[in-house]
Amino acid sequence: MSGTTSVVRVADLRKTFVVPERDAGLKAAVRSLVRRKTKEVHAVDGISFDIAPGEVVGFLGPNGAGKTTTLKMLSGLLYPSSGEASVLGHVPSRREKDFLRQITLVMGNRNQLQWDIPAADSFELNRAIYRIPADEFRRLRDELVELLDVQDLVRKPVRNLSLGERMKMEIVGALLHRPRVLFLDEPTIGLDVTMQKRIRTFIAGYNLRYGATVLLTSHYMKDVQALCRRVIVIHHGRILFDGDLSALGGRFAAYKTIGVTVSDGAADLTPYGEVIHRDGDTVTLRVAKADTARITARLLSEQAVADLTIEDPPIEDVIERVFAEERAE
Amino acid sequence: MRLEVAQGVSPIEPPPLPEAGRLKSMLHLYAVSAKTAVVVGFQYRVANYFYMIGMLTEPVIYLVVWSTIARSQGGVVGGYTPGAFAAYYIVWTLVRQMNIVFTPYGWEWRIREGQLAGALLRPVHPIHYDLADLAGWKVVVIVMWLPIAVVLSLIFHPSIHPTGLGVGVFAFAIWGAYLIRSMNLWLLGMITFWTTRVSAIFELYFALELLLSGRLVPLSLMPAWVRTVAAFLPFKWTFGFPIEALIGQLNTGQLFFGLAMQAMWVTLGALAVKLMWRFGVRRFTAVGT
Repeated sequence: MSGTTSVVRVADLRKTFVVPERDAGLKAAVRSLVRRKTKEVHAVDGISFDIAPGEVVGFLGPNGAGKTTTLKMLSGLLYPSSGEASVLGHVPSRREKDFLRQITLVMGNRNQLQWDIPAADSFELNRAIYRIPADEFRRLRDELVELLDVQDLVRKPVRNLSLGERMKMEIVGALLHRPRVLFLDEPTIGLDVTMQKRIRTFIAGYNLRYGATVLLTSHYMKDVQALCRRVIVIHHGRILFDGDLSALGGRFAAYKTIGVTVSDGAADLTPYGEVIHRDGDTVTLRVAKADTARITARLLSEQAVADLTIEDPPIEDVIERVFAEERAE
Repeated sequence: MRLEVAQGVSPIEPPPLPEAGRLKSMLHLYAVSAKTAVVVGFQYRVANYFYMIGMLTEPVIYLVVWSTIARSQGGVVGGYTPGAFAAYYIVWTLVRQMNIVFTPYGWEWRIREGQLAGALLRPVHPIHYDLADLAGWKVVVIVMWLPIAVVLSLIFHPSIHPTGLGVGVFAFAIWGAYLIRSMNLWLLGMITFWTTRVSAIFELYFALELLLSGRLVPLSLMPAWVRTVAAFLPFKWTFGFPIEALIGQLNTGQLFFGLAMQAMWVTLGALAVKLMWRFGVRRFTAVGT
């Protein structure tokens, strides 16, 4: 990807925190009065990537991997320890007004709307903050409210809304200035399946309509699968994978699943692999990736096969395996 | 199921153009913030009333004590009659409300809950929200204070001799007091960028303010050296000055000098806030929340 066309550019970006450290107990507490121990935590440890205009990229990793720290550096909330970051040609840590007017950071667990008043009043405040012309504001507000189907909710005090309804309002408020870059940190956290789907559809619609660039973190793989062709996997502050979501399984999955329908439903298929599911005549086998071709050939020659499919394991399993392997190292 | 997304092929539309004029936009921000605060203030009018009534305890105790002392000393202490004390402490109740600003303790909450991070994402300095928001609340307070002042006057019979100029200066001075104290407490609050355990510093500040502002007792009753020290500090311009302006204790020169001093302290405070904010945010963005 050419660096000149990138909306987000990150080169060898690092963030190191110095945190106090002491053992439990009174003795350790007294000792810490005279001798304070600290340790360095490398939250982000030399990551590099580019994101093109309009791209929707999934940023995956377990808790503490460095995802939120990266998003905070890219939105100007954290100053990097070293390395370079550029968003829309701006250095985020300078927090220039022109930069702030073109980005948004939505954190699923943070509430920015005023609690006691209807969201509509908070939206008016955002209009004043971002200096949005009145007609443009009305048009965009109505459009976003319609897209998220929250017409009936904007006049209710925020404290009377459910978690999902509040999240929708947060998103409307965060997009009223029509940001070109969206940093979304767990936007669907704690929401039910229907609400998650609604928000996913909305993000896709916003991206399509405005060509906005999106960097999304989520623990829900459905969010990532629905929205992101490209994913960046980060763990212990380092990038483990940056590429097509479809290639992630090929890179990290050590096995494949073979779905086979045989005429003799009672046949014992355990010699071919681990039977993980059986539904009538159809059996799902888990086999080592390297053995897939050989076992498929054996099945076809030795059994009366009516149908056969070979699939990568579910992406959740792949991600889980990536993190499990890292933990084991 | 994968949803249809642009994935790097759509042209990017420019963001909406800002409205012309920074000043106009800033005034609009203040108007909207203040309006919002007024709405919230009136929505919680009963709670606010109880809050205001609860805050009457302090001045009523001062008033009763000083009135008793005045009567025991032939009716006057340091030029104050019981009626003059009543006037002082009734106006005190409004000035105290105007002195309520975002506290240093609120800063700890603001950082801990991530509210400051949210404010940093916006293209406006966060002090403007605080100033505008609490200014709106002051409007509610002033309206709600009027019946309280009437009741207190019926009970304590204040002796008050305001001049037209004094009333006009008071109208500006209470907002000057609000701005000075906002700057001072923002400076104090920003210490939390470096450490969250600063209660002792806050308490020292509040003790000095209590003694040197005219809150505990009119400054004219204090020893001369205290008055001299107070003249070089911002506290008296946030408390004693607005009260004395309204109850008719200051001549024309003193009234305008007081406004000039307020303007000076607001300017100094704003410059100090600007400087400390720059270093504080650098620190905040270095260590995170």
